[in-house]
Amino acid sequence: MVTTAHTHDTHDHGHPTGLKRYLLSTNHKDIGILYLWFAGFAGLVGFLMSLAIRIELQEPGVQFLPFLTGGDLNAAYQLYNSLITGHGLIMIFFMVMPALIGGFGNFFIPIMIGAPDMAFPRMNNISFWLLPPSLMLLILSLFMEGPPGAAGVGGGWTLYPPLSGTTGHPGPAVDLAILSLHIAGISSILGAINFITTILNMRAPGMTIHKMPLFAWSVLVTAFLLLLALPVLAGALTMLLTDRNFGTAFFEPSGGGDPILYQHLFWYFGHPEVYILILPAFGIISHIVSTFCQKPVFGYLGMAYAMVAIGFIGFIVWAHHMFTVGLNVDTKAYFVAATMVIAVPTGVKIFSWIATMWGGSMEFRTPMLWAIGFIFLFTVGGVTGVVLANAGVDTALHDTYYVVAHFHYVLSLGAVFAIFAAFYYWIGKMSGRDYPEWAGKVHFWLTFVGVNLIFFPQHFLGLQGMPRRYVDYADGYSLWHEVSSYGTYITGLGLLWFFGVVAYTLLAGRKAVQNPWGEGATTLEWTLSSPPPFHQFNELPQIK
Amino acid sequence: MKKLLGIIGAALFASTSGAVSAVAQVVRKGEDGHFGFQPAATPIMEQLTSFHNLLLWIITVITVMVAILLVWVMIRYNRKSNPKPSKTSHNTLVEVVWTVVPILILVLIAIPSFKLLYLQDEIPEADLVVKATGHQWYWSYEYPDYDNMAFDALMLDEKYYTDMSSDAQGERQDAEMRLAEFLVRDEPPQTFRLLDTDTRIVVPVGKVVKMLVTASDVLHSWAIPSFGVKIDAVPGRLNETWFQADEIGTYYGQCSEICGIRHAYMPIVVEVVSEEDFKLWVEKARAEYAEAPGSTRLASAGRQVH
Repeated sequence: MVTTAHTHDTHDHGHPTGLKRYLLSTNHKDIGILYLWFAGFAGLVGFLMSLAIRIELQEPGVQFLPFLTGGDLNAAYQLYNSLITGHGLIMIFFMVMPALIGGFGNFFIPIMIGAPDMAFPRMNNISFWLLPPSLMLLILSLFMEGPPGAAGVGGGWTLYPPLSGTTGHPGPAVDLAILSLHIAGISSILGAINFITTILNMRAPGMTIHKMPLFAWSVLVTAFLLLLALPVLAGALTMLLTDRNFGTAFFEPSGGGDPILYQHLFWYFGHPEVYILILPAFGIISHIVSTFCQKPVFGYLGMAYAMVAIGFIGFIVWAHHMFTVGLNVDTKAYFVAATMVIAVPTGVKIFSWIATMWGGSMEFRTPMLWAIGFIFLFTVGGVTGVVLANAGVDTALHDTYYVVAHFHYVLSLGAVFAIFAAFYYWIGKMSGRDYPEWAGKVHFWLTFVGVNLIFFPQHFLGLQGMPRRYVDYADGYSLWHEVSSYGTYITGLGLLWFFGVVAYTLLAGRKAVQNPWGEGATTLEWTLSSPPPFHQFNELPQIK
Repeated sequence: MKKLLGIIGAALFASTSGAVSAVAQVVRKGEDGHFGFQPAATPIMEQLTSFHNLLLWIITVITVMVAILLVWVMIRYNRKSNPKPSKTSHNTLVEVVWTVVPILILVLIAIPSFKLLYLQDEIPEADLVVKATGHQWYWSYEYPDYDNMAFDALMLDEKYYTDMSSDAQGERQDAEMRLAEFLVRDEPPQTFRLLDTDTRIVVPVGKVVKMLVTASDVLHSWAIPSFGVKIDAVPGRLNETWFQADEIGTYYGQCSEICGIRHAYMPIVVEVVSEEDFKLWVEKARAEYAEAPGSTRLASAGRQVH
């Protein structure tokens, strides 16, 4: 008896504290918190980049960036291209993915399925610690030579050769970016393996796959997408790397290669990637809507399999990003049809959320505001996606601001809204302290007004023919650019406000109770204290 | 801010009059404060615009419907008006309806979509072939039907429009005069910042023009919004597209695939002229640009990019 008590003792109190607790952590909750801080930092960097972009674009002419380059115009143009590239890569790989999958996924997936931790805790640790060096390499690339006589990678996040090859960027900046993405990719693949193993094997007794919470479903589907898509990106990037450094010619026409091959490989990864960004958001929104309406999710199985369907179809639509490269017309017709099919499961999700609200008893707390905002704005981004799916119309809209508006509606106003929704939903659980309700609502309204002001007018710019990735534009596009920039400043205020809310909550927030949301909150995290104990579920919960 | 309000006023005022300047000549480029496509200048763009209008109706109805539903549930099913939530979590009929109805709508969309797609792709017999090659950062054009005459099109210097000193304005006048000479015209044309080039593609009105598009270094994309035309310029590939301009005028486009530092500074201008004017232009252009084959390529390689 004594020995049992003794082992129990060391088990409970033997965990590291302070700096050691986080730097060496194998605990899924601590690693989740690390991911969230990392995502917050990267999000700030990414936002500052977009701020610089919007300040530059507020008026026609190039006025702001030359300040940063000491008056050198060519350097300013390249800086602009580096900023759009950096903004895209950072927001995707270092903000949204770490926040939704690494952060909320790590913290809540084991708890929601009734597991004590992730399946491979040490691998979880390395998954996180690969990200900081990866981000460092990417930021370093901003300061290395890219094109002759200028710094940074200015090829856009897609890194199409020959511009990203030695033809366009002979300097080492692109090599650093490739290595950065390789490392981020390894991190994500390890994370995906961890999630798949955990979710398939470590569910509490009685929790069948069809009783699993939708957030766990969403992360499971996401993890499979990561596992299947990222190796293809790694392959494409490695081919690019050897083209650049070792004399191969995969994408080099003069050596018998083809730049279009890269685009096929890239988008075979790239399209599932955008679902990787949004699927966890779907899961989170389902929980929040259900909680604040005090109603179970409508059509649970339909919701789960809609995500599976979206994940599957996501792999067979990639060439809709390439409608103008000169594809065969029948190929284009196929990709039009396949792409439009995605609207069906997506529609099922939207309607099911509304049906969940129907007959509910809705409470407008901050997370619910973000969730309702998400549903509406994601619908707007979704329907413009249907427009773009038609190759005929895409001829006019491809590579214009219409596309920029579309994907920011689904990502910046979709995925990011879900991140904020999740933050307000779970911050009490994670930190043990409540956010001030009114301040969260102010944050929502500032952001809602700001982002719509940024991105809605960009549809008009795109329809009028304004190409994307332009450091300067013809005078006929100035009005909507100006409005868009004002929207950015409002969003920036919202972000500043958000950091204030975070600081206040963590330093002075009221102590959080176990379940602040009432009977609508039915998942397992609400059965634990706030914050949960270092090791939860020493006895596995039984699910009926 | 004052400027902003001014432009909004002007835009609302002018929103019905896209083609008022037709008295002089049609000029198609992005216009401030407009909400939709540039007015169509080819049959393809007309089809594209009407198909897009159909789509716009459909997506607007869907979005408004979702918005109304959201507002309705927020009013009817909030904690005050409905304190006791129902426990409904399934309704097979509703679920089947919201799966099948979107499928029907998509089929409805797909029919005109494929029609437009195949119409764009089937190139009628060409009256004229023009080859466009993208370079960092200008376009060069060749007319294989006319002794391979070839010339480059470089953007007119930005300072003509920003620097109001008499030197810069003098240079601008010279440049516009040279352009008039190139177009075989008495009056210098009106030019625009970031949109104009020192030469233009000249094509006859109402004729089918086939464009062959490629690139010499990195990817570029040849696009004219009012023609409904956009095709990537890929080194090692020869892409093709076509247009048939309805009206005499000047049509602007810009490079539409990121191509490096000066991506925003390689505009595209198509000058559509009457058949007689085209003959006049060809005669003069052929004398100037069709000397020895290959000579322009040498000339362009040594040319200063400004």
